[in-house]
Amino acid sequence: MLTELILLSCLFCINSVEFVEVLLFFFVFHLCALLLPQETNSDMDPDDSLTEDPWIKSSSSGNELLKIMPSDNHSFTNFNLHAQKWEGSSYLDQQIRIEQQFSGFTKPKHTSEMDQQGNHRNENHDSTRIRDWDPRTLLNNLSFLEQKIHQLQELVHLIVGRRGQDGVQGNDLIVQQQQLITADLTSIIVQLISTAGSLLPTMKHTLSSASPAANQLGQVGGVTIPSTIGTSASAGGLTCNDGVAKVEDQSNHVDQLRDCGIEQNHPADEHELKDEDEAEEEENLPPGSYEILQLEKEEILAPHTHFCTICGKGFKRDANLRMHMRGHGDEYKTPAALAKPHKEPSSEPTLIKRYSCPYVGCKRNKEHKKFQPLKTILCVKNHYKRTHCEKAYTCSRCNIKKFSVIADLKTHEKHCGKDKWLCSCGTTFSRKDKLFGHISLFQGHTPAVSPDETKGSAGMSDRGQTSEVTMKARQENFKVNASHGNEFQNPGVVKEGAYGSPSSYFSPLNFDTSNLNGFQEFPRPPFDESDSSLSFLLSGSCEYPPHKAAKYMSSTEME
Amino acid sequence: MKKQKQISQSNYNPFDFLSEEIVFSILDYLSDNQFDKKSFSLVCKSFFAIESYHRKTLKPFRPEHLTKILNRYPQITNLDLSLCPRITDGTLTVIASLCKEMLRSINLSKSKFFTHVGLSNLVMNCGNLVEIDLSNATELKDVGAAALAEARNLERLWLVRCKSITDIGLGCIAVGCRKLRLISLRWCLGVGDLGVGLIAVKCKEIRSLDLSYLPITNECLSSISKLQYLEDLVLEGCYGIDDDSLASLEQGCKSLEKLDMSSCQNVSHVGLSSLTSCAGCLRQLILAYGSPVTPAVADSLQKLSRLQSVKLDGCQVTCSGLQAIGNWCVSLKELSLSKCLGVTDEGLCSLVTKHKDLRKLDITCCRKITHVSISHIMNSCALLTSLRMESCTLVPREAFVLIGQRCQYLEELDLTDNEIDDEGLKSISKCVSLSSLKLGICLNITDQGLIHLGMSCVNLKELDLYRSAGISDLGLLAITRGCTGLEMINIAYCNQITDGSFISISKCSKLNTLESRGCPFVTSLGLAAVAVGCKQLTTLDIKKCQNIDDAGMIPLAHFSPNLKQINLSYTSVTDVGLLSLASISGLQNMTILHLKGLSPGGLGAALLACGGLTKVKLQTSFKSLLPQPLLQHLEARGCVFQWREKPFQAEVDPTCWKIQLDDLE
Repeated sequence: MLTELILLSCLFCINSVEFVEVLLFFFVFHLCALLLPQETNSDMDPDDSLTEDPWIKSSSSGNELLKIMPSDNHSFTNFNLHAQKWEGSSYLDQQIRIEQQFSGFTKPKHTSEMDQQGNHRNENHDSTRIRDWDPRTLLNNLSFLEQKIHQLQELVHLIVGRRGQDGVQGNDLIVQQQQLITADLTSIIVQLISTAGSLLPTMKHTLSSASPAANQLGQVGGVTIPSTIGTSASAGGLTCNDGVAKVEDQSNHVDQLRDCGIEQNHPADEHELKDEDEAEEEENLPPGSYEILQLEKEEILAPHTHFCTICGKGFKRDANLRMHMRGHGDEYKTPAALAKPHKEPSSEPTLIKRYSCPYVGCKRNKEHKKFQPLKTILCVKNHYKRTHCEKAYTCSRCNIKKFSVIADLKTHEKHCGKDKWLCSCGTTFSRKDKLFGHISLFQGHTPAVSPDETKGSAGMSDRGQTSEVTMKARQENFKVNASHGNEFQNPGVVKEGAYGSPSSYFSPLNFDTSNLNGFQEFPRPPFDESDSSLSFLLSGSCEYPPHKAAKYMSSTEME
Repeated sequence: MKKQKQISQSNYNPFDFLSEEIVFSILDYLSDNQFDKKSFSLVCKSFFAIESYHRKTLKPFRPEHLTKILNRYPQITNLDLSLCPRITDGTLTVIASLCKEMLRSINLSKSKFFTHVGLSNLVMNCGNLVEIDLSNATELKDVGAAALAEARNLERLWLVRCKSITDIGLGCIAVGCRKLRLISLRWCLGVGDLGVGLIAVKCKEIRSLDLSYLPITNECLSSISKLQYLEDLVLEGCYGIDDDSLASLEQGCKSLEKLDMSSCQNVSHVGLSSLTSCAGCLRQLILAYGSPVTPAVADSLQKLSRLQSVKLDGCQVTCSGLQAIGNWCVSLKELSLSKCLGVTDEGLCSLVTKHKDLRKLDITCCRKITHVSISHIMNSCALLTSLRMESCTLVPREAFVLIGQRCQYLEELDLTDNEIDDEGLKSISKCVSLSSLKLGICLNITDQGLIHLGMSCVNLKELDLYRSAGISDLGLLAITRGCTGLEMINIAYCNQITDGSFISISKCSKLNTLESRGCPFVTSLGLAAVAVGCKQLTTLDIKKCQNIDDAGMIPLAHFSPNLKQINLSYTSVTDVGLLSLASISGLQNMTILHLKGLSPGGLGAALLACGGLTKVKLQTSFKSLLPQPLLQHLEARGCVFQWREKPFQAEVDPTCWKIQLDDLE
C-alpha cells in the first residue's frame, strides 16, 4: 500500500529527470512483461521476479534505477537477461509462444503510461486493433522497437555520463542538458509506446485464431473491458466450476484470479504462507461438508488478478488497483470508490469453499485417496508453485537456495548469510541451538567449521617472520664466546624449526583480552557473536562481493 | 686367538638362553631410574636392540632428534612432549609418519606452535590414538578441534585452557570421537551449553567430565544426567549452576562417584538435597568455597550413604553445621576443613568423635582450635594417615606429643607454622611410616628433634624445614644418614647451614628437589658435592646463597643432567657460570635476578645456548639491554620471559621475619 503510494507520487513528478527514468524503467519493464510470459509460461515460470522486485526498487529511488539500468548491474541480471532474450528472440519463437500468453492486458497498460504523459492515443489503438494480422508488419514493428530501444539506451548512457561530471560542470548547464535529454526521451518513448501498441492486436489475433471461434469475442471483451464481463463471470466462475469443470473461458481465469487476489490484500499473508499450509494439514472436514473448487494451472500461475478497466494494467491486489484508478479521473477519487468493496451478505448459507490442486496424484488433488483440501486460493497458488513448479528463483546471495514463490525467496534473502550455523550436510541454521538440535538428531552430521578460520590459523604459522628474525639476530653482534657462539651463528640450528610468529603468539595483550572477554560475558553464553563473524561468512562461503552485500542491506532497510 | 676366546665367551652368554619376554620383564624392574636402562642398552648390541624394543614411553628433551629417537624405539606407545615447548606441524608429521598405528598416547600440553594441519596429520596416521593432552593450546581453534574429531578411537582428551575452541569445535569432537571416556574442558571459555550438551548426547561412554569454569547453565545438565556411566563430574566455578540445575541431575547420574562443585556460589542446601535421591554411589563431594556449611547443608547430605570424602575448604562453617555432620550415620574417611572460618573446638570435637574412621584430615588455618581439638582427634581417629594442620597457632607444644602417641599410621604430616618443639618431634618419630613431614616456620625445633626423626623415620621422602632457624648441620647429618630415600628437602633460610649439610645431603641419591635459599654459609664446594651425589636433581633453589659462584655451576653442569629448574638470584654467579649451565640440555626454568656479575652479552649467549628454556625470570633492566631480535628468537623457540623489577632486598634475621609476620597480622 505504502509503496504503491510512493510509486504514484513518483509517477506524477514530471519536472525532474527522475520521472523520465521511472518512465523509461517502467516502459522497458513492461515491454518485458509483455514478452516474457511467452517464455516463462512455457516453462511454468511466473514472471514475479520482474513484477515485484523492480517495483519495490523503483519506489525506493529513481536515481538508483538510473544507475542500475544501463550499467548492467547484477541485481538486475534477471531483468537484463530477459531483455536480451526479448531483443534476440526470433520472430517465430514469439509467434509460437504467443498462443500461451495472456497478451490482452499488457497492451492497455502502455496506454496508461501515455495517459500520464498527456499523449492520448486511443484513436490509434482502435485503428490498429482492427487491422489484420500481418507477419511483415509485425517484423517491421519489432525492428523499429529494437532500434528505438537502442536509441533509448544511448540516451541513458548520455545521462549517466553527465551525472558523472556533475561536480565539474555548472548547474545551469546540467539542467539545460537534462531538459534536452528529457525531451528526447519523451518523444522516443511515445514513439515506442505507439509502435508497441500497434503490435498488440496482431498478436491477439494469433491467439484468438488458435482458440475456438466462439471464445474469440468473449476473450477480446474480457481483456479490453474486463469490468463488464469479468464481474458478472466472476460470480459464476467460482461457483459453477464446482471442482469438476475445466475452465474454458479465458475471461474466467481473470476473474477467478481476481477473487483470490482479494485474499492477497494482507501483505502479512505472504510470510505466513508456509504456516498456513502446514496448519491446514490438521483440518479435518468431513467430505461433502465443503465445496471443492479446482483452478487450472494457467489460472494459478497468472501474475495479475486485478485489471484496470480503462488502461488494462494488471495488479495483484484490488487495493492497488483502486489506488491506480485515481489517476484516471476524479470519479475514482471518491471515498466510496476507494473503499474496500464489502462482500454482499448472501441470503442463503454458503457452503465452505475448499480448493483442489489441479496436479493429478498430488495429495491436494481431489482424486487422491487421502485428499486434503486447500483452504484458500492463495494456498492453492503457493502450494502449486512450491510443489509442482520449477524453483526458478535462486537466491543471489548464496546461489544455492531456490524458490518457486518469490515471497519465499525474499524471506530467505532476509536471513541468507545470517545463517551462519552450518552443518556438514549443507543445511544452514540461523540459530546455533537449532544446528545443535539437528546434529544431535542425526548420526554422522557435524558442525561445519567456517573455512575462513582455516585460513586464519594456517596463516599464523606460515607467516614468514622467521627469516627476518634470524637474519636480524645474526646481524646483532654479541660478545659470544667461541664454543656457544657456534651454535648461535649456525644457521641450521636457527632455521631448523621455521619459527613462526613469536610476537603475536606470546603477546600478553592478546592473552589478557581474551581472558577478560570470557569473564565479562560469563553469565551470558558467549555465542552471541558480533557481526564480524557474519561478514566473513558472507564473503567466504557465499562468494558474494561485499559491495553487493551492502546494497542488499540498504534495500532491505528501505523495505 | 683372542678373537676366538671372545666368541666362545659370547656363546655362553646366559642371556642368549632367555626368551625376549623374560629379558623384557627384567627390564621392567629397571624402570625406576632412567640411567639404569641407558647402561643396560650400552652393554652390547643385542641389549641395545632389546632395550629399543622394550621401551614404550618416551619423554624427549628436544624435538630436533625425534626422527632418530623414534627410529630407534619402534614400540613407543606413549609420547610425552611436555618438555618440548616448540612442536611444529613438521614435528607432528614426523611423529605421525614414524609412530603410525603404534602410538596410543601423546601429551602436547606444554607445547605450542603446532596448528590444526599437524594435528590432522597426526590423527590421520595414528589411528589407535587413545589419549591426547592438548591443554594450553590457547590458539587452537575450531578447525583444530575438527581435525581432532578424526581420532575415532580417542578415549581420553584434555583440552584445558583451549580458549579459542567454541561449541562448534566441541561439536565436531562429540560427533567424531564417540568412544570418549574422559574429557576435560576446564577453562574452555568458548564452550557453552550446546557443545557440552552435544558431548553428553553423542559420547555415551563418558566416565569423567571436567567442566570447570565453563559458562554453562541448567540446559546441558539434563543431557549430562542421562550419561549412564558418568563417574566423575567436575563443575568447579560454574557460576551458572544453581539449585534448579542440580534438580535436573536428580533424574539420572546413578553412577556418579565424584562430584566437584567448588566455587559454585549459587548452590544451596536445596540443590544439595536433590543430590541425595540420585547419587546412591557418590563417594566424594567437593563443596569448597561454596555456601556456608549450616545444619541444613549437613542434613541434606546425610542420606548419601556411600560418602567417604568431603571437602569444605574455605567455607564459612558454623558449630551446629559441624555437629550435624557429626550426626551422619556413615563415617567419613576424608575430611577437609582447610581455611574454613568458624571451626571451633566444640564443632570439631563433636565431628571427629563420630567419624572414627577418618584417614585424612585437613584443618589448615583453623586458627581457633586448641589443645582440646587435637586431643579429641588423636583419641578417636587413630587410623589417620594424613594430618594437615598448618598454622593452628593456638595449639600448644604439649599437644603435639599426642600425635606420636596415638596416630602411628601417619604418612603425611603438615605442622608448618606451629608451636611444636623437640619433645613433639621425638614423639612423632614413632610414626615410622611417615613419608612427608613439613616443619616450616617451627622456630622451636632444634637438631635434637631432627636426630630423633633421623633415627626412626627411615621412610621419609619429603622434609620441609623452611625458616626453622633452630637447626644446623648436625640435625641434617642425622636426617640424611637415616632417611636415605629423601627426595625433597627444603632448608631455606636455615641460616646456620653450611657446606657440611650439603655434603651430607649429597648422600641422598634420590633427591630431586633442593631448596636452600638464604643459606649464606653454603659455598660452591657444598653445591659441587650435591651435584656429584644427587644425580636425579631436577629442581634447585640457591637464591641468596651469596657464596655460591661459577665454581659451583661447572660441576652442576657436568653431573646433574636432569636439572630442569634453577634459581640463581642474588648469588655470585657470572656469565661463565651461566654459560656452563647451558650444557644441561633439559634446563627449562631459570630465575636470574640481581646477579651482579652478569653482562647482557653473557646473558644473551647463555639464553641462546640453553635450547630447552621455557621460562626465564629476568630483571626488567635487561629487557632493553638485550637485542630485540634475540628475544623474539627465544620466544619463537618457546621461551616465556617474565620481567621483574624488584629492588635489591637484604636478608633479614629469620627470627625477626617471624615477628614481622606477626605484626602484619
